[in-house]
Amino acid sequence: MDLEFFIQQLINGITLGGVYALIALGYTMVYGIIQLINFAHGEFFAAGGYMGVILISYLAAQGLHPYACLAIALVLAMGYCALLAMAVEQLAYKPLRQASRLAALLSALGMSIFLQNGLMLTQGVYDKAYPTEITSGGFEWGLVSVSYMQIFIVALTASLLVGLNVLVFKTRIGRAMRATSQDKIMSALVGINSNRIIAITFAIGAGLAAAAGIMVGLYYGSVSYSMGFVPGIKAFAAAVLGGIGNITGALIGGLIIGMVEIFAAGYISGEYKDVFAFIILIGVLYFRPTGIMGENVDDTRV
Amino acid sequence: MADKTPILELKNVVSAYGRIQALKGISLKVYDGEIVSIIGANGAGKSTTLMTICNIVKAIEGDVYYKGKRINDVGSEVLPTMGLCQVPEGRRIFPRLTVLENLDMGAFFRTDSTNIKEDVERVFDLFPKLRERRKQLGGTLSGGEQQMLAMARALMSRPKVLLLDEPSMGLAPLLVKQIFDIVKMINSQGVTVVLVEQNANLALQAAQRGYVLETGKVVMEDEADKLLTNPDIRKAYLGE
Amino acid sequence: MTIHESKKLWIGCGVGLIWFLILLWPLLGITPEGLEFGKTFKVFGYVAVAAVFIMFFYQVKEAGHLDMVGTPLKSATGVVGQVYEKTPRWILLAIVLALAIIFPLVTGRYAHDVSISVLIYICLGLGLNIVVGLAGLLDLGYIAFYGVGAYTYALMSLHFGLSFWICLPISALTAAIAGCIIGYPTLRMRGDYLAIVTLGFGEIVRLILNNWMALTNGPNGILSIPRPELFGFNFKPLWSMYYVILAIAVFTILSVYRLNYSRIGRAWEAIREDETAAELMGVNTFLLKLLAYAMGATFAGFAGAFFAARMKFVGPESFSFLESAMVLAMVVLGGMGSIPGVILGVLVLVALPEMFRGLELYRMLVFGGVMTLMMLIRPAGIWPAKRVGRRSEEAE
Repeated sequence: MDLEFFIQQLINGITLGGVYALIALGYTMVYGIIQLINFAHGEFFAAGGYMGVILISYLAAQGLHPYACLAIALVLAMGYCALLAMAVEQLAYKPLRQASRLAALLSALGMSIFLQNGLMLTQGVYDKAYPTEITSGGFEWGLVSVSYMQIFIVALTASLLVGLNVLVFKTRIGRAMRATSQDKIMSALVGINSNRIIAITFAIGAGLAAAAGIMVGLYYGSVSYSMGFVPGIKAFAAAVLGGIGNITGALIGGLIIGMVEIFAAGYISGEYKDVFAFIILIGVLYFRPTGIMGENVDDTRV
Repeated sequence: MADKTPILELKNVVSAYGRIQALKGISLKVYDGEIVSIIGANGAGKSTTLMTICNIVKAIEGDVYYKGKRINDVGSEVLPTMGLCQVPEGRRIFPRLTVLENLDMGAFFRTDSTNIKEDVERVFDLFPKLRERRKQLGGTLSGGEQQMLAMARALMSRPKVLLLDEPSMGLAPLLVKQIFDIVKMINSQGVTVVLVEQNANLALQAAQRGYVLETGKVVMEDEADKLLTNPDIRKAYLGE
Repeated sequence: MTIHESKKLWIGCGVGLIWFLILLWPLLGITPEGLEFGKTFKVFGYVAVAAVFIMFFYQVKEAGHLDMVGTPLKSATGVVGQVYEKTPRWILLAIVLALAIIFPLVTGRYAHDVSISVLIYICLGLGLNIVVGLAGLLDLGYIAFYGVGAYTYALMSLHFGLSFWICLPISALTAAIAGCIIGYPTLRMRGDYLAIVTLGFGEIVRLILNNWMALTNGPNGILSIPRPELFGFNFKPLWSMYYVILAIAVFTILSVYRLNYSRIGRAWEAIREDETAAELMGVNTFLLKLLAYAMGATFAGFAGAFFAARMKFVGPESFSFLESAMVLAMVVLGGMGSIPGVILGVLVLVALPEMFRGLELYRMLVFGGVMTLMMLIRPAGIWPAKRVGRRSEEAE
């Protein structure tokens, strides 16, 4: 049983880790650029999950092929969450850029609660079921099973991450994003409109979280309005673990947290699996606050 | 020079840095093609002046004019597109971008990609050390190299008016001479330079005119040579 | 307000409303049966009308047209304020105390219920105020101490038959110990991280309460917790519990007041204002921060024990992050660092929603929105403390 069990956990861990990495990217990019923990980020994840099922159901009812439904829904949901994130930033964070950290944090908290309840009021208190026929099935090697859903998640996550890397490291906008997160004042002095860059950062982060939301919805078969809370904290732990502000760090952190959660659930205890991410978070912040890959924030601020 | 419009002008500018009122009514003029120095002790408001011109620090009162246009309400990031660039104090190169990427950021708002490539080569000719290290991260360069990078980055924006804040700070004398030679060279090519320096000697030797700042006010304005030979200035700032 | 500014405001409002519509419609209007617009426009209609009304009101106020109502109102509040300033404190407090004592005698069970909740949250708010308002540490897991206190009484009375009065200090003690345990690793961290780590700890405590079946009976909770007894009188009737919590609350208020003006309180404020400077002045910041945590936890412990006795039941669901957030909101929105501010915050967030029982569904939505809104327009709170300054991390 052991080797196959181990491999199964490995596969599950990579899948979950990829999802956490996607969510963690949003946290890490936003913190890197404006030093704010966007509490509402988990809600972008949830909103993405909801938009996914809303769109897939609608498109399927119009008779489109399931894969087309999925692809279109993915793109539209990501776009929707990008818009949502930009609106939240304009409304609740931008006016507080010069204010105290506490005020910004509480504003984020307020937005988180507001959005969560907004989802509840518009979509209902009960979990919303995902049409999982699209991606059911998989194949097996003995006791190890790999579902098509898992392959899809890993593939999509990988492509999104590659895309993000290309954007951030090879394009001009990406360089501008990095420059703004390293020194906001200097980036203004070279002609970078930091407001626009910040809005773009929020949009990208939320888009990735939305994709994660849809994948989670497909994987577990449903979404709920409060689904963003716990994954949000774990994803933040992943971001800190990898080094806040550091994109590669978020990827590594996400994978580690995902692995630890799956392996701990498999080998130690299923009930306490959520605790491990928190413990890692506290441990990292206590022993090595800059994280595995090192931080990437504006050093000139303090 | 008397009836030409200054390319950069401040009229009674008052601004605050944090809770301290740093500039208490500064007026100065810079004409096209000049090198103007602003000297004064630490905390006199020299850096704040440059930051106020660039709208990083907002002017509470008074007006800032660039090319005859009032720029108090223009966003900081628009000014480089208008030809007004600053190399702020402390070099402030982007530490986790490579030398090449830093230079590219200098030309961020430009759209003429072929000319940008030429400018990169030109800048590397000026600073061969940078060409050697072009793939290195900015934060790994030495102090002197970072200053060169900061200057080079500013040149990449093809500025019309360049504001330099303490370019000599922390540099070896040979490097300082190199930097100032470059300043004189770009000035000869038509770039107006406003030079803020604690090293008053260097500043006044390079410039045509100078302003002396003391606790947020302009206390003297004259041609640089006259300031160099002025006994009060010599006593206060030139170490006599 | 110039026409130009007014136009900008209206355009901004318009743009905002359009964004809102774009974000709202997909959630309400896309169904498998088809695209519909009815529901969306209904909600949008309400919001748009409210927004326009507020804008209009704001513009009228700025133009000064409301002065005929505003100025007499201001002078009226001014007079009240003067009376408040002039009356010696003890008379005011005596009046308030007298009112509090006769309160249950003139009101019904529902009012008792609400007022007991208010008093519990006053204890919690004042306890958190020590941590957040005085010492400037952002604690998002405060409710864990409440839970520790509650479960301590539950378990002590269940397994050892100890009376409520003995368990009260024991609960406070266990809560304080929990505070030290949680505080020890977290107090090294900087502001934002502290928030998330305390949140994590709060969640860990809740998870333990929920999963450790042997100790806490897991999600089922602990039942049949006894009410207190004193000289043969069993505190079964609700109004009797009111007096217990009133006593605890008064004790809390007095303690916090004394702490506020003590040397310890001064040291906490120094840490809040500028930790490095405090350190340099010889203040042992770490120990004092730990003390703040422990003290805050103590009051939560008291409140928790009472809560267990009042409900006669404890379950992990009462100690969620949302509760922590609400207590934090009471402190921050009411006025950080100020005792009357916190009390006011509790009244607004606990008593006020009771008046709008019909709109229960929207309660949390409004709460979230109000929190963000307060930060945008009045971050110091409704009744801020007079000595609140800026925190060291963002002093520029």
